[in-house]
Amino acid sequence: MLEIKNLHVQLEDEDKQILKGVDLTVEPGKVHAIMGPNGSGKSTLSYVLSGRDGYEVTEGTATLEGEDLLDMEPEERAAAGVFLAFQYPVEIPGVGNMTFLRTAVNAQRKARGQEELSAADFLKEVRAKAKTLKIDADMLKRPVNVGFSGGEKKRNEILQMAMLEPKMCIMDETDSGLDVDAMKLVSEGVNALRDEGRSFLVITHYQRLLDHIKPDVVHIMANGRIVKTGGPELALEVEHNGYADILAEVN
Amino acid sequence: MALPQAKQTATEDRLAVLTMPDAGCTRKAREAALSRLREMGLPSRRDEYWKYTRPDTLTTAQAPHAALFVSDEQMMFHEFDRLKIVFIDGVFSPEESDELSLEGVSIDRLEDICCKDIHWAKELYGVLEEAGQTPVQRPLATLNTAFATDGVAIHVKGKPSKPISLIYRHASETSDAILHHVIRVESGAEVTILENGPAASRFNKCMEIDIADGGKLHHIRAQGRDHQRRAATHMFTRLGRESVYKSFTLTVNGVLTRNEQVIELTGDDAIAHVAGACVGDGDFHHDDTVFVTHDAVNCESRQVFKKVLRNGATGVFQGKILVKEGAQKTDGYQISQSLLLDEDSQFLAKPELEIYADDVACSHGSTSGAIDETALFYLRSRGVPVKEATNMLTLAFLAEAVVEIEDSEVAEKIVNRLEDWLARRS
Repeated sequence: MLEIKNLHVQLEDEDKQILKGVDLTVEPGKVHAIMGPNGSGKSTLSYVLSGRDGYEVTEGTATLEGEDLLDMEPEERAAAGVFLAFQYPVEIPGVGNMTFLRTAVNAQRKARGQEELSAADFLKEVRAKAKTLKIDADMLKRPVNVGFSGGEKKRNEILQMAMLEPKMCIMDETDSGLDVDAMKLVSEGVNALRDEGRSFLVITHYQRLLDHIKPDVVHIMANGRIVKTGGPELALEVEHNGYADILAEVN
Repeated sequence: MALPQAKQTATEDRLAVLTMPDAGCTRKAREAALSRLREMGLPSRRDEYWKYTRPDTLTTAQAPHAALFVSDEQMMFHEFDRLKIVFIDGVFSPEESDELSLEGVSIDRLEDICCKDIHWAKELYGVLEEAGQTPVQRPLATLNTAFATDGVAIHVKGKPSKPISLIYRHASETSDAILHHVIRVESGAEVTILENGPAASRFNKCMEIDIADGGKLHHIRAQGRDHQRRAATHMFTRLGRESVYKSFTLTVNGVLTRNEQVIELTGDDAIAHVAGACVGDGDFHHDDTVFVTHDAVNCESRQVFKKVLRNGATGVFQGKILVKEGAQKTDGYQISQSLLLDEDSQFLAKPELEIYADDVACSHGSTSGAIDETALFYLRSRGVPVKEATNMLTLAFLAEAVVEIEDSEVAEKIVNRLEDWLARRS
């Protein structure tokens, strides 16, 4: 599904190398978790994969089902199946959540040569999906993320994911700012989307989220590289001993 | 004090081509206006309130040429049930207009008033305009009072069943129109006034509105798409106790537009909201000049102006709130914002507050900025193409002005026009 080879990335504005040769392959239907200390480059990886401005790829490749992601505009990546659940979902005053969702769904369908969803079909689908995430009608009517609580924002991200049905879901610290109940709700939303044709890259600081979203593979990232890869037990090791041991072992 | 020679010459050159209509009961007001105009002279670039907008093309003897905008698109508000009053190049068209009768309202043409010695409009014609000259002079309005060739006097005594729609069509490439309307809303009466169309190559319009205690006036205006038209408009509004005035203006193109709103809250608990959304591309200059005077207790005023500018377009906002001594519990709000879609466009803002009462809440803000990159990326990351995403954010920016319109049907039409503009330019 997702194949990253020797990816080197620096900030456009300053000569600062953030990713220093990331290699990562995510197979279809699998959930990969990336853990790592602050500043290791986890969020940068998610932004580079989704096409945010401000980063320069100096070396390496990233492909989705063989297609070069780095050559595409953000909207093209989305249409190809990439979805980034933001760590800090953006508030957009003046744009209704429902309008936003419908525009996004239909833009992607259009880009893929599919017919646009009718207003009625869209409404039916969004209502059903919102219900399972406990998103009420009022939240759908309000401007995108404006006045939403931390938990509501993250649930809104998962609703978008559910509506857009991406192939490759990248979740950037989705657990940050969530209480236990909200984390459970969000995780249930994600688990409901797990499927043979859909992969996940879950970025997190804590093992806690991985209790709810069970990963197949766990990577440890440090200083711009994946330094260790293992099974779910690796996350438990981090939880108990912190990153220091692993980093010492690698170095 | 004598006028500077250049100003005097410019004023006399302009006056030389104007003829005062046979004026009947408005004659005194017109003659007085002419002598006031000779004292103040027409505006020049050196005048404080004309620093950001060049007045020269508004004051020349002949109107600059303006090509007609040809489109098969229907004019704004065409689908509404309304009483139509049509002016073509500033001349009332009886053929195109509806019969001027509507329950709860009496409507007279300015020409008819001018034949009469006694008419209610005599108490209003030129009166609010003259009062609105202090402390800032507005010579183009004075010129209008003296030389207006047409217009209507609308007397609202009840709650008419439909809006009164003033439609300004542009037919000649050199037309120079001067229209003057007076509106009196009686106590407890309520009316909606619609205005739309490019009007003329050069358009000078003055509207005097007197709203009695408990009266309400809603004003919605769309200034038309003709790229080369010029307009200088003045609205002078006086509000009585518990009265309401709400005005919204949409401007989509026009090489030069100067819209002045002069509002005086003279009765307690009155409310005045003025808002505007404008979108300009290229050779476009749009100026909102607003002066709100609070002269009563517990009144509320809001000014909300949003401008989207690109390809070298210019936006100007000069807005003032004056709170007079004794106007306690005033709630005054003013916001002017521009969205600059490129680095060639500019927004010039001069917000002013002058407060002589000690128990008031007044705020003002002015911002100028580009599209929010973070929001743009968020939309694109969900698959919305960059142009569509930019348009969504542009409309969202304008939405804060559009929500000032109470009637949701009208608001929807305004949004449609804005969407059309964005679509044409994507």
